[in-house]
Amino acid sequence: MPGTTQLNILGGGTLLNKLRAGDKYGQYGYIFIAPFFLVLAVFTLFPMLYTLWLSFNSWDGGTIPAKFIGLENFGELLSDKTFRQCLANTVIIWLGNVIPQMIFAIGLASILTDRKTQVKAAGFFRAIFYLPNLVTMASVGLLFYYILDWQAGSLNMLLMKLNVLSEPFYWLQDVTATRGAISFTLWWMWFGYSMIIFMAGIKAIPDDLYEAADVDGANRWQTFRHITIPGIKGSIMYNIVTSVIGGLTIFDIPYVLTNGVGAPLDKAYTLVMYMYNMTIKNMNYGYGATIYAGMFVIVVICVAITFRLLDKKLANN
Amino acid sequence: MSYSANYSGSTAKNLNSNFYTVKKKGRFSIGKTILYIFLIALGIICFLPFYFMIINCTHSSVDIAQKLLLIPGLEFLENYRRMTLLVPIWTGMLNSIVIAVSATVLSGYFGALTSFGFAKYKFKGKEFLFAIVLGSLIVPQQIALAGISEVMYSLNLMNNRLALIIPAIANPAMVFFTRYYIQAAVSDSVLESARMDGCSEFRIFNSIVIPMIIPSLATMSIFTFIGSWNSYLLPLFILNTQEKFTMPLMAALAKGVYQNDYGAVYSAIAMSMLPVMIVFSFCSKYIIGGLTAGAVKE
Repeated sequence: MPGTTQLNILGGGTLLNKLRAGDKYGQYGYIFIAPFFLVLAVFTLFPMLYTLWLSFNSWDGGTIPAKFIGLENFGELLSDKTFRQCLANTVIIWLGNVIPQMIFAIGLASILTDRKTQVKAAGFFRAIFYLPNLVTMASVGLLFYYILDWQAGSLNMLLMKLNVLSEPFYWLQDVTATRGAISFTLWWMWFGYSMIIFMAGIKAIPDDLYEAADVDGANRWQTFRHITIPGIKGSIMYNIVTSVIGGLTIFDIPYVLTNGVGAPLDKAYTLVMYMYNMTIKNMNYGYGATIYAGMFVIVVICVAITFRLLDKKLANN
Repeated sequence: MSYSANYSGSTAKNLNSNFYTVKKKGRFSIGKTILYIFLIALGIICFLPFYFMIINCTHSSVDIAQKLLLIPGLEFLENYRRMTLLVPIWTGMLNSIVIAVSATVLSGYFGALTSFGFAKYKFKGKEFLFAIVLGSLIVPQQIALAGISEVMYSLNLMNNRLALIIPAIANPAMVFFTRYYIQAAVSDSVLESARMDGCSEFRIFNSIVIPMIIPSLATMSIFTFIGSWNSYLLPLFILNTQEKFTMPLMAALAKGVYQNDYGAVYSAIAMSMLPVMIVFSFCSKYIIGGLTAGAVKE
């Protein structure tokens, strides 16, 4: 075996035995995971670490080498109004999406899996609620861009036909409407996905727990509060953590919906859009990397806080 | 409560079924009607944007700009013909298929190989290395643009479709789910007896393990495929000539080129979405099942 000889050359018998950890075939573990880790190192870990390192440098991406400038970029980042604006926008858009998303997801999941109601065509509803999650996010952004168009958009025409509006509304010129449209689009794309994760969690709860609650005369709310919620702890954690990561790194929809500039008035400009424009369009690799580093820290902190909060909250149940 | 009188006489099972039917026929019929109206309304909201898209791509741009259209028109071929004059949509389709299929195959094969290494062999530092796999799931990594562009330039992968294929070899989600699947589905005795028959470890993986985990691989692969098909940020900055664009970039290109020629743009958007929608309409059960199969592990 080629692998065996290589490792024998590397460390002789004793090192190999140590690495094998008592498994006669242990070296194959390394051989089999090697391609994965090689690619992970080159295309994921290195870019990540290199970008973090670049954040301490000034570099335009050209042939003049990067120059180490210490914490200068971070000083700039802390007083950067656009960065703060983007952070606020991202958080507002995320909250506007994640709160209704979780409420709808958990509510629908408990309705569609309810042992008493037994909703008809639950499978059909599940599929149709999930459909928006599968299609290309960038194309969805594009589709909503045209549906929200003030002149030719189907939404204005529908609302005028229903007499809700008397004249066309400039959705993508209005701060609240633009942010709302992005939050809505994200809600539209993701509540079905979260719902399915919750449904799987609820289905895994043993039937006799619900039967016992019935026998004890618990009402729907009590059953939901004391059996369903604690039973889907894992699903809640999974949904919220993925939503924190996805929400803080949102790019496709606001980018397409605002022609890449975050209009109106930078109020729909998100962190990743700012980083993209700074790195790729302005060729300011050093500062773009600093925005990445800032975002990286924020995401890690938010995920850590989420774990903490949820662990406590859910442990209390 | 009326049903409490029956309580002592019947078994728990009977009692429960009584209890449910009473509720169904009595108090809950109005509630149920409202519930169904709500579910149907939500279903309409989910489908309406697609409906607008499908209807609008069959009408002329003038009609789209002037009135609300709710029934299909006859202009699709005209819109399509105009759109393809400046947007090489079929090149985009081909690029997307080549990239997504290659990425899916690589991700499936090497993901399974890595999972097999983690699931069935003991070696030093195994749990630490697996922690790296998990860690890379929860940090923002596909957006480290400065670093990614450095790697792509030095490997000469800029404006190269391979840049969107090769990284699929390291798909952490694949390894995360498949490792536990292999641990449960492939027993050690199978490996032992294959070794006795003189099978090499590599052959064990290719001709015994892979066939055993095909169901799990297939489900995970659907999501790899869709993820690759839908990705936007990386292709946007890696590919810069039209003949290499993927479908999402083609749709965006159509918007840039045609602006207010609504019929043409709608037909490009529709073509970028329809493949996934068609796949979903045929195997929605399978796809949703796969989603939850992964989620239960959480």
